[in-house]
Amino acid sequence: MKNQVKTKIITEEYVWQLPVRFYHWINAMCIIVLSVTGYLIGNPPAIQSAAEASFSYWFGVVRFIHFIAAFLFFFNFAFRIYWGFVGNKYSRWYHFIPFKKKQWVEILQVLKIDIMQVTNKPLVSVGHNSLASLTYFLTFIVFLLQSLTGFGLYAAMSDSWFPQLFVWIVPILGGDMGIRNIHHILMWFFILFAVVHVYLVAYHDYIERNGVTSSMIGGWKLVNKEDLKQE
Amino acid sequence: MNKKPTLYEEIRAKGHSRRDFLKFCGTIGAMMGLQASGVAQIVKALESKSRIPVIWLHLQECTCCSESFIRSSHPIVADIVLDKISLDYTETLMAASGHQAEKSLHDTMEKYHGEYLLMVEGSIPTENDGYCCIGGKSAYEILNEAAEGAKAIIAWGNCASAGCVQAASPNPTGAKPVHKVIKGKPIINVQGCPPIAEVMAGVVIHLLTFDRIPQLDALGRPKAFYSRRVHDTCYRRPNYDAGLFVQSFDDENAKRGYCLYKMGCRGPNTYNSCGVIKWNNGVSFPIQSGHPCIGCSEANFWDNGPFYQHLQSFPGFGIETTADKIGLGLGVVTGVGIAAHAISTNIRKRKMIQKGIKKSDSQTN
Repeated sequence: MKNQVKTKIITEEYVWQLPVRFYHWINAMCIIVLSVTGYLIGNPPAIQSAAEASFSYWFGVVRFIHFIAAFLFFFNFAFRIYWGFVGNKYSRWYHFIPFKKKQWVEILQVLKIDIMQVTNKPLVSVGHNSLASLTYFLTFIVFLLQSLTGFGLYAAMSDSWFPQLFVWIVPILGGDMGIRNIHHILMWFFILFAVVHVYLVAYHDYIERNGVTSSMIGGWKLVNKEDLKQE
Repeated sequence: MNKKPTLYEEIRAKGHSRRDFLKFCGTIGAMMGLQASGVAQIVKALESKSRIPVIWLHLQECTCCSESFIRSSHPIVADIVLDKISLDYTETLMAASGHQAEKSLHDTMEKYHGEYLLMVEGSIPTENDGYCCIGGKSAYEILNEAAEGAKAIIAWGNCASAGCVQAASPNPTGAKPVHKVIKGKPIINVQGCPPIAEVMAGVVIHLLTFDRIPQLDALGRPKAFYSRRVHDTCYRRPNYDAGLFVQSFDDENAKRGYCLYKMGCRGPNTYNSCGVIKWNNGVSFPIQSGHPCIGCSEANFWDNGPFYQHLQSFPGFGIETTADKIGLGLGVVTGVGIAAHAISTNIRKRKMIQKGIKKSDSQTN
């Protein structure tokens, strides 16, 4: 095993294609904007003002930004699903759902190596590891739920055909109030996910030294040539 | 000609002038959102049709729907809708009682089979037949029997439309709204606790005039009255968009009439006509009186509490705990977890990290 580590040959691999990188950063920006404006909509700050309502529109602007970001978020998400069918092997949709036994074995390995830290055995993984993929699959489900509830609420304020596609969600949950609450609770999922995600990127960069952070900017990762063959 | 007098004849017999009658048709037509030609249709319908037989059931309810209805602002609404159209059977207001009342119910059901309107006030207990037992029959039996020959069913108020307070957690009587008990009949949910009198009258007049069910939304409510949120028709809405909110009921902002959003107003989540038709002859509505909307025309509004904060409590965590408090708590836990993990990484993977640094040093030297 020691020999194996010593003789490993590092090579460069183009993992994240340009559309994937664009998706990632647009998504990150949207989530930040949506969370901040969403929190403000739920808990607007106290403003004491003697001004008449007709002189100001800041809350309307906050909501407007939220809605614009929501549209961007949704179509960016839809694009990523499309790219899951046409992109390179690291971006394909089947990586995200653990169909195979191999993926479940890898999930256990990742839990042992990185989360519980009971072993230091190196892991063979070039793109996302299986646990990360499964987590992203869960986030996609939350993206979908957040889009359904968000546009379901938005439909009442719009005559446009697009939000009207989501009105069916309202009766399922009995009314706007329940939907609003789910929409608000899921916001916290995004916040917690972002915190853990950023930490784990730093962790992997520190431990695995494969340039994972910069890979989402330039697309390239440093990988073991042996690993590349096994993928 | 009809042997029975038409509604118009009955109205005239009551002492209303033709002018009053036409004014009534105009008013109700406007409330229903009809165009001018629709008013003529109302006039024609009332002139040519005789009263519709109605059975009005009182199940698990507080009679606030009846109370609202009989306080309808227009005198003709009270006269024709109450005296003339309805009340072949209604426990609360009919003169007959006991066996006579039961007989009246059965007579109406037999004589007008397939013609009568069934109006239901209150929810249906399903937990035990003993709850809301009338004349030896359970509410469930009574409703099924009456629904069988009904032309259409109007579910008055939140109880009949969504279960209201009886269906609120823990729902001891197993209360259910009409649409969950009766299938295969057109059901109109006239929401609210109680619904606005003019809305109730408008629905009845619609059925009378056009002889068909009004357009309904996804929750079975007539679109003419429930397609817009209270928020969208609220006169305080500009304050919402300007971010001017009441912070507490006794502050300066409350005095200025700012938006009640932060006081838990359900206007943004509630579909009703309160901001337009208002209450008590158009005098006011809750928000105009300085109180936030409690969302009484929405399902589960009792469970979506507390009323005075906009973000509802998180189920299973006590009344004051909102998603924000839990989210923040989880955030702290996550932070602690990350710190622990970072420390653990530097301890348990120390050898690996050190080896890497040494290797790198030896290569550069």
